[in-house]
Amino acid sequence: MLGTGLLHGLKVTAKNLVGSFHDPARYVTTEYPEVKAPQPENARSFPFLVSESAADPMGTMRCVACQICEKECPPQCIYIEKSKDKKPGPDGRMQLYPAVFDIDISVCMSCQICVEVCPFDAIRMDQIFEIATTERFSALLFDREKLAKPNAYYHQLHPTEAAEVDARRQAAEAKTRAKAAKPASVQPPTAPGAKAQNPPGNAP
Amino acid sequence: MTGPEMATDGYWERLPLLARDGASGLFPTPWREAVSGLISIAAILAVFGLVFAFLTLAERKILGRTQNRPGPNRTGPGGLLQPFADAIKMLTKEDIIPRTADRVLHFLAPVVLVAFSLIAFAVIPFGRRLLPVDLDSGVLYFFAAGAGTELAVFMAGWGSRNKYSLLGAMRALAQLISYELPLLLAFVPVIMASGTLSTRGIVAAQGGWTDGLIPRWHVFTPWGFAGFILFMVAALAESNRSPFDLPEAESELIAGHLTEYSGFKYALFFMAEYFGMCALSGMAVTLFLGGWQAPCAFLEVVPSYVWFALKLLGLLLGFIWIRATLPRLRIDQLTRLAWKFLVPLALINLGSAGWAGPLQPLRWAVALALVALPFLLIGRKLTAGIGPRIYRYAAP
Repeated sequence: MLGTGLLHGLKVTAKNLVGSFHDPARYVTTEYPEVKAPQPENARSFPFLVSESAADPMGTMRCVACQICEKECPPQCIYIEKSKDKKPGPDGRMQLYPAVFDIDISVCMSCQICVEVCPFDAIRMDQIFEIATTERFSALLFDREKLAKPNAYYHQLHPTEAAEVDARRQAAEAKTRAKAAKPASVQPPTAPGAKAQNPPGNAP
Repeated sequence: MTGPEMATDGYWERLPLLARDGASGLFPTPWREAVSGLISIAAILAVFGLVFAFLTLAERKILGRTQNRPGPNRTGPGGLLQPFADAIKMLTKEDIIPRTADRVLHFLAPVVLVAFSLIAFAVIPFGRRLLPVDLDSGVLYFFAAGAGTELAVFMAGWGSRNKYSLLGAMRALAQLISYELPLLLAFVPVIMASGTLSTRGIVAAQGGWTDGLIPRWHVFTPWGFAGFILFMVAALAESNRSPFDLPEAESELIAGHLTEYSGFKYALFFMAEYFGMCALSGMAVTLFLGGWQAPCAFLEVVPSYVWFALKLLGLLLGFIWIRATLPRLRIDQLTRLAWKFLVPLALINLGSAGWAGPLQPLRWAVALALVALPFLLIGRKLTAGIGPRIYRYAAP
């Protein structure tokens, strides 16, 4: 009948009006500064540098200052200076580390290309967003002390991705250690000639 | 309004008048009448100013609740101070007048609008003894004052010299003039039944109870019920409220005639909108809901102005509820609803009024046939070929 649609609509809003008082589960919003909505696992804002331990972030940083991210960064917001000396990495080998690692957050466009290109799983995307500041130059230029965050934090943000990365790194680390422990004269199990052949996909 | 009749009233019933007479008694005799008039004006301004302030808060809260969110709750306990924060914001904002605007009209429009909205309050009986001006043709005066707001809206649109303002103002004129007719026709049965245009007389005619139980309010008669609904629909349109808020349709016209207004002038337009809403609701209470009459005899100990306020609040909440629910009409749907639907129904409703026979069930049946059947027939004819809409991809 004409007009029943109007009454039906009024019923729906009345239900919401009454229901929202006694059923907090109906709420579609959260009281933001006090309660923060959980972010989805794939949410990303700006990059951060992964270090192994929270106690010594500068010493255990994964970054080896290869500068690939600096070169690949489309808005060129990363600035890296290599160290003069070397320090032992997680697998025991000596490696360079970044003496200076700056990201200009005001320039960064959150594209994640630095993360994609990093061969050392050293740079990952953060989920911070409350970075408003009254000082627009130095406060928005994040240095390596500000960027370094422990692996545990990475696990907290992106658990699935971090677990994969850890598994891969542990496997690679074990391989390197085994290689270093074995004498150099022992041949690998596959014949060296087999590697020279074309991959099976290219065979006619 | 002194005399023997006043002695029968309770203390709370007399209190507003006692306060007024006490205050005007401080002045020399020739000034007293003017002073008590000024006190009435100040009281209306203060009361409805506060009603306006807290109605905006209530509206935002209720709109929030109907959308399952809490609404403003930061300023003061539970957001109670929000209207005052809004007022400070509006007052401190820059008042921008476009260079090409007609400065006089641009300034005058909000002032005239608020003035016309306010003078309508003069004839509304707020309580048994609380009638600011007792005019013999109070209803006529009320709707004449209401018609003045149309002029102000067009002044705003024309004076702004902005295409959106002008379009909005033209829409407003089309809408307001279209809905004047059903608004006026809807309450003509009330005038016929009570035989007076005075608001005091209309409320007095609704006093008493049928069988000592059902109040003799006009809304409880067949023609009054239909008239009340027609009146409220037209009142929604007259006060530019959703779903008839076309003059300020945000999604199409920026803000219609408000586009070039900022700061306190902008706030004045909203004040006028809420004053108009309050005045029309007050008139609906007076015409159909028995004015300040109590619903039951034993509840008459509660002062009459409390009953008026409760009824008024109920209607205002209804306005907000409707705003929270219904989407805006298109301009052609709006005028079609007025001319092809509401006006014929209101005219037919005239025919069902004025029956004072003893056969109540027969009377309801005749009224039902006279109003409900045309409602169905006209509605069918108007919506033929339009609905129901079938959504192929959305879930029902």
